Amino acid sequence: MVDITPADAVPPAEVAEMELYHPHSWWTKYVFSQDAKVIAIQYSATATAIGLVALVLSWLMRLQLGFPGTFDFITPEAYYQFITMHGMIMVIYLLTALFLGGFGNYLIPLMVGARDMVFPYVNMLSYWIYLLAVLVLVSSFFAPGGPTGAGWTLYPPQAIMTGTPGGQEWGIILMLVSLILFIIGFTMGGLNYVVTVLQGRTRGMTLMRLPLTVWGIFTATVMALLAFPALFVACVMMLLDRALGTSFFMPAVVEMGEQLQHNGGSPILFQHLFWFFGHPEVYIVALPAFGIVSDLISTHARKNIFGYRMMVWAIVGIGALSFVVWAHHMYVSGMHPYFGFFFATTTLIIAIPTAIKVYNWVLTLWRGDIHLTIPMLFAMAFIVTFVNGGLTGLFLGNVVVDVPLSDTMFVVAHFHMVMGVAPILVIFGAIYHWYPKVTGRMLNETLGRFHFWVTFVGAYLIFFPMHYIGLMGVPRRYAEMTDVTVMTESAHHLNSFISIMAFIVGFAQIVFLFNLIWSIRHGREAGGNPWRATTLEWQTPQTPPAHGNFGKELPIVYRWAYDYSVPGAKEDFIPQNMPGTFGPSREPA
Amino acid sequence: MSVILVFLLVIAGFAGWWLSHQRLMTKPWLEQGAAGDFVAFDRSGLPTAKIGLGVFLAVVGCLFALFTSAYFMRMALSDWQPLPMPRLLWLNTGMLVLSSIALQCASVAARKRQMDTVRLGLAAAGLTAIAFLVGQLMAWRDLTADGYFLASNPANSFFYLITGMHGLHIVGGLVGLSRTTAGAWNGARPERLRLSVELCAMYWHFLLFIWLAIFALLAGWAATFIDICRQLLT
Amino acid sequence: MPIVVVLVLIVLGSVLFHFLSPWWWTPIASNWDYIDNTIIITFWITGVVFAAVVLFMAYCVFRFRHREGSRAAYEPENKRLEWWLTIVTGVGVTAMLVPGLFVWSQFVNVPSDATVVEVVGQQWQWSFRLPGKDGKLGTSDTRDVTAENPLGVIAKDPNGQDDVVVEAADLHLPVGKPVKMLLRSIDVLHDFYVPEFRAKMDMIPGSVTYFWFTPTKTGTFQVLCAELCGQGHPMMHGIVMVDTQEDYVAWLDQQQTFAQLSAPQQTGSAEQAPGNATVSALKVAAKLETVGSR
Repeated sequence: MVDITPADAVPPAEVAEMELYHPHSWWTKYVFSQDAKVIAIQYSATATAIGLVALVLSWLMRLQLGFPGTFDFITPEAYYQFITMHGMIMVIYLLTALFLGGFGNYLIPLMVGARDMVFPYVNMLSYWIYLLAVLVLVSSFFAPGGPTGAGWTLYPPQAIMTGTPGGQEWGIILMLVSLILFIIGFTMGGLNYVVTVLQGRTRGMTLMRLPLTVWGIFTATVMALLAFPALFVACVMMLLDRALGTSFFMPAVVEMGEQLQHNGGSPILFQHLFWFFGHPEVYIVALPAFGIVSDLISTHARKNIFGYRMMVWAIVGIGALSFVVWAHHMYVSGMHPYFGFFFATTTLIIAIPTAIKVYNWVLTLWRGDIHLTIPMLFAMAFIVTFVNGGLTGLFLGNVVVDVPLSDTMFVVAHFHMVMGVAPILVIFGAIYHWYPKVTGRMLNETLGRFHFWVTFVGAYLIFFPMHYIGLMGVPRRYAEMTDVTVMTESAHHLNSFISIMAFIVGFAQIVFLFNLIWSIRHGREAGGNPWRATTLEWQTPQTPPAHGNFGKELPIVYRWAYDYSVPGAKEDFIPQNMPGTFGPSREPA
Repeated sequence: MSVILVFLLVIAGFAGWWLSHQRLMTKPWLEQGAAGDFVAFDRSGLPTAKIGLGVFLAVVGCLFALFTSAYFMRMALSDWQPLPMPRLLWLNTGMLVLSSIALQCASVAARKRQMDTVRLGLAAAGLTAIAFLVGQLMAWRDLTADGYFLASNPANSFFYLITGMHGLHIVGGLVGLSRTTAGAWNGARPERLRLSVELCAMYWHFLLFIWLAIFALLAGWAATFIDICRQLLT
Repeated sequence: MPIVVVLVLIVLGSVLFHFLSPWWWTPIASNWDYIDNTIIITFWITGVVFAAVVLFMAYCVFRFRHREGSRAAYEPENKRLEWWLTIVTGVGVTAMLVPGLFVWSQFVNVPSDATVVEVVGQQWQWSFRLPGKDGKLGTSDTRDVTAENPLGVIAKDPNGQDDVVVEAADLHLPVGKPVKMLLRSIDVLHDFYVPEFRAKMDMIPGSVTYFWFTPTKTGTFQVLCAELCGQGHPMMHGIVMVDTQEDYVAWLDQQQTFAQLSAPQQTGSAEQAPGNATVSALKVAAKLETVGSR
């Protein structure tokens, strides 16, 4: 057991103010800023901008799938370019960057009670390298041959061969370079997030007093730091294969009737490296969402998160386990079939801590005082879509069930539900929740509710029926399904319906963007703590928080993040920095 | 992928050890009051920069572990032909060892505030590290001259790739080292200088360790060692 | 309150959709109804969990939504409940995993009486090779692929001479006999997938992968490529016809062996110069056109 030291014995060094960088000009204040809050907004704006590109790409894909043959400009070549860029942008440049770079930067220092990230200069560099990566990615749209059409998995040999758009042109090279830059930039940011949680916490903020948002982002960042190197290695080696003719991944192949110079390489090696990154990546996106949604539910149900300790252990457990399940993406890749036994078992085991998290979310609602605010609605929508997508994961994780379903539209529906729709719904909920802190004003309620209903119901109507198209045996990544005999006439109508829903849901996002911009000026004044929440970011002296976050003195933390509706307390929430003892059967201070 | 899994197991061991000191089993809702009343303050006493570097080195270690994993997996395929190790690599290894020793001396001297020794150590470390890099480039040139080109065999590809990646990390370290050296000459605050010398030393020792590991890997000793272990086990 | 209605509707709608919609898997034509059964088990377990969680949530919102003066209960955790839920989840997961692993072990262990058929994928067509009278397939190598020897059969191997080569045409299989499909590719990843057979596996250039099945129904089935293989991916179709034994033998007799195919062209292949590695996009377009026109 750890010794218990009296408060006044805490050495002074621990509570020393960190050296804070102060901007001297407009440029260093708003552009080359080292303030994590500004960097967070820069990250979020860039991610949203590139995300809009990906949204438009998804419309183009749905045009082709819903109404095949109607739009001549969508050739198979263009379709594969759209699908690749859509996938890569959404997974890496939007979700990862927004959750870690956006929410991580904004919330970690505020929630742990720090003035800023521990290495602000490196943090700034992180954003600019990310921006460069995005620009390189965008430039591939204008390169000769266009962007790569290799699918977001970039499997060799196909990715660097002539039969694939951009394979022997600039597309694939720019994609690999962009990913390498992203990883370098992310590593710089990630060091900040991790070390700030380790070292930047204010006095009294023990690990078990951290809000689950911080736990989620922290664990996801640790995972990302260890997983992204695998993508880095794969990218560098593929770049050498493509540019300098090495044979890391390239076996002897015949391309359009002609022998290439490569010899003996292993395409499976790439897949192992890719999924060694790729599976943890799923949880890199999911864990911050888990954390944020826990806080949303707890705050808006006015009840502590049920089973906080279990939630923390589950986050850590899922993070660790997710490194030994990667090959469940490769059941039909031709790897040694006996791996299937191991990876199916680990994959289904990971369902248990995940299920516990779901139970604890809904049990938090039980006997709560549920305010049906927009963040709460989004949180509940997240639970529906996440449970749906998580359960279909049990189909695909169970090796033999995966055999008929892998590489079909079932997979597409599954991963969109579980790591597309579900985390995005959390992002929306989180934006409605924290927007008042960032801008000082509330988002418009009417537009918000419209946005919620269209997005939630629409997204469910897009992806739920899509599973059944996959169940029929229709493969994914088909630019046209008209020749597929198992695809019945009625299924084509279903496809058109899905496309129409996709346009409607996409349109609702434009309403949301309008709301974001409009409310900066015209939203209702929010005040410092509109949700009556306990965590530190709501206790700042100014809203939006000023440079340095907490004014003259850093807050001291006296309690955990979930003191809602404590018996004996007057209010139904007790901020973390409020001294005093409340509630039944508590050990005295 | 076994190398990276072993590496991650080590990381997980560290993480588990650290977490086990964080009182994760306590019931936080029962603990009210200032931290000190309940908890010995759990922030590490180490300087933040050192922890940051430590985390970064874990990432670098992960990177090289993954290269090693890929190396072993590719090695198992039929077209692999090992390439001879240039003798020069031994000399380069010596240079890198000297560089690490010099930085260690500088770091000890910085603690004792012997500025002249610090400067000498830093300069020596920088020069030997540059000598290492030049040596590596010469080794590359020798191999190319002997017909061991990058693309002609996967063993060659991995040799250039991994040594190149290690060299890039040394170059990055040199940037940090040169800033530290400039600070030592321009009279930086002693505590600050001491910290940055220690950071350089930490980074150098780690890269030396990585170099020894990849040298053993590329020369084939690592594979032989694993084979022996496997035979002992079966 | 609309959220309560919508949550209930989502559960009801999803269940009704599942049972009433016309979109379901195609009738099976192989022995892998074990796989279908495992999917059915999984559907039942996951369906119950989905309905339970969402309906519970709807009930919570209905019962505990904010009213003037209401206050939430205070309950940090409930160890017993959490343990029970963990155990129940564990049981559910085991009920899906165990049958799955049993079927998987059948899937990877090929019966000894299975006959061998080789499938060769290339951008964007399917070719097949069957062992001849000797019952053995000759060895092959991508490096030996030429216009005259599209499958890269090694000419020196005597086992390969009587192999039946079916280039870019339909494959026939006898009904009721287990077959082991040996999968090979000469350019990029492909995946041999017949939805009615349920089984599939990627084909990797440089190695040979496999799966096995027993066709149980005669008829014509479409082969789809299930691994992205470039622009022509959605057009990479083929046909497998499952015949009665007599029809199969009749078909087999019409096919040509490797020796017959390569005999008149022995001199021709030597003249072919190794081509330039850079192939123009025109060549891809031409290839796509031929695939499309088939």
